[in-house]
Parts: sequence; C-alpha cells; structure tokens
Amino acid sequence: MSTRKPEHGSGNRTTALLPGAQAPDFSLHSTPDQLVSLSELRGNPVILAFYPADWSPVCGDQMSFYNEILPEFRRFKATLVGISVDGSWCHSAFAGERKLHFPLLADFEPKGAVARSYGVYREQDGFCERALFVLDANGTIRWSYVSPMGVNPGADGILAALEALPQQEK
Amino acid sequence: MASRTANHLTQPVSQRDHISGPASAPVTLLEYGDYECPYCGEAYPIVRSLQQRLGKRLRFVFRNFPLANAHPHAQHAAEAAEAAGAQGKFWEMHDSLYENQEALEDQDLIRSARELGLDVARFTRELAEHHYAARVREDFLAGVRSGVNGTPSFFINGLRHDGSYDFESLLAGIEAAAE
Repeated sequence: MSTRKPEHGSGNRTTALLPGAQAPDFSLHSTPDQLVSLSELRGNPVILAFYPADWSPVCGDQMSFYNEILPEFRRFKATLVGISVDGSWCHSAFAGERKLHFPLLADFEPKGAVARSYGVYREQDGFCERALFVLDANGTIRWSYVSPMGVNPGADGILAALEALPQQEK
Repeated sequence: MASRTANHLTQPVSQRDHISGPASAPVTLLEYGDYECPYCGEAYPIVRSLQQRLGKRLRFVFRNFPLANAHPHAQHAAEAAEAAGAQGKFWEMHDSLYENQEALEDQDLIRSARELGLDVARFTRELAEHHYAARVREDFLAGVRSGVNGTPSFFINGLRHDGSYDFESLLAGIEAAAE
C-alpha cells in the first residue's frame, strides 16, 4: 500500500504535511516529568502516530495493536511515538492499563500545537486526526496518511514506508 | 470511503491454509483471529451461522493473529490449533478453543486434544517445543501486511471488510461479493 496518499476524514479542511517536508521539531511530555524531543530521535526512522484520544475504543485498539507490531518496527530501528491532546497523567494511566511499550506524548499545552504544525488538528473537534507520519533518519517526512476517523489504519502502510527508506536509513 | 482505504490480502489463499468449504464457492470469507480475543469469540457463532446459511456458496479460511501482549494464552492456543491441524483435526480444535475460551491453559489444550482423539504425546511434545510458532508468526506477519488492524479482521474475496462483523453486515458483504 505504499501508493496510498494522505487522505482526510469528512469535514476536515486541514492538510497533512506531505512526503519531502521536514518534520517540525517538538518537545512534548511523555510522562509528567519526562520530555521527548523529536530532534533527539534523529539518526533512525521515526513513526508519529497521531490519534484522537486515550480510552476511546478505536484509539485503544490502534495503540494496543501497534504494541503488538513493535518488534516489526524495531527491525527497521524505527521509534514509534503516539501523540494526542490528552495530558501526561492521562497518558500514563492509559499506557499502564494497556501495557504499552512505547511513549505517548501529550500535545496538551498549547493544546494541539504539534498536531497543528503537522496539519492534522481538527479545530472543530478540539483533537487531532488519526494520522501517521514516517520520518527518515534525517527527520524528513517520507510517508503520511490520514485515516478516516473511525478506521484503525493498521500497520501495513507504515511497514511499506519503512521498507521503502534508502538502505542506510533503515 | 471504502475504496480509498481498500486493503487487499497480500498472501492469497493456498494449500497451506485451513479451508472449510469448496474451492468452487463464489465467495471466500477469510478471518484473521485470536483464540483468546472476546470479539473473535463473538464472531465465532456468527461465522457458523453464515456457513449454515450459505452452504456450498461459502468457503471459510482461518488464519492466526494472536495479540500476545493483550492475550497471554493466544499464542499457545494458536499453536495448539496448528498441532491439531497436523493430525488432521484443525477445525475440531478451532471449534473447541472458541467454545472454551475461558479455559486455554496448557492442560486445557491437552485435554481437548485427548477428547478429539489426537495422539496426545505428539501434541504435547509439539506444543512444548513450539513446533508451530513460526507458522503462526507467518500468519501474523502476512496479516499485518494485508492491513489487519485488530481482531477479528475479515476479508471477503481478498478485500478487507471494514464494516461491523455482525451477521447482517457480513452477509451483505458476502452477497455483494457474490454478484
């Protein structure tokens, strides 16, 4: 499915950043006392998985699902982070309950600023799209995809994008 | 919306698969499932009803997709189904697992094997040695590449069914594919 283009859920007017764009840097809390900066993750591929909210059934499924696929992402030395507008305490509880083995970042203050910088914030709803970005080792976006809000996008697009990265970047 | 998100099976149905129903059936329903997943447990009698309703018009294929982090018994249960399959009783074990989802400890799996008349020593040894772990993993990875996004995931004639998995929705999807 490497030919999939970014798509938008109905009613959405934002535009997700496209392949070729430099991924905007950010620093977000992964726990109440830990910050993760995108620039720190340079050197290996990064998967950004924006999702609307902790706890809502489909999102939970999507993050739990990625938890099962982590060994496949790691074959490409890729780091996965989930991002939503939920606060870090909420993320901690959610990640703990689902036993997630990857960080969830809080795009909480100013609310949705990072999602906005990637063109995947839903102003009318106050949360972000269900959007995926695969970045290469240099922080350039190589693939992006916005899933219809109710559809868990799975991992096939991510894996195809990782596979398509130039060899030295895998 | 469906056409824009269409996901196709990357691994076609072949002889390696567990298949119930005639090759001549106009529609193939393929499930990626997890034996410990409660939603797959809900889907199990629905698939049975579809098979009864459609008879020879439906071919059903099951592939393993154990969510091992969420379901600690799922991987071993999948291996047990494969071990039974190696003795010609995949579907019998498949049914037994879904009909006893709350009892998936190894001793439960072995008891089922005994009840099905399997060579229990062979079954127990293959289970302990994870003889079919690689095969289960193959199913899982092929599923990921086909766009499986949770369990159960259904494909109708190779195309992911994004609707609900209740009887009416699956039947509608199957009938649309048969036309």
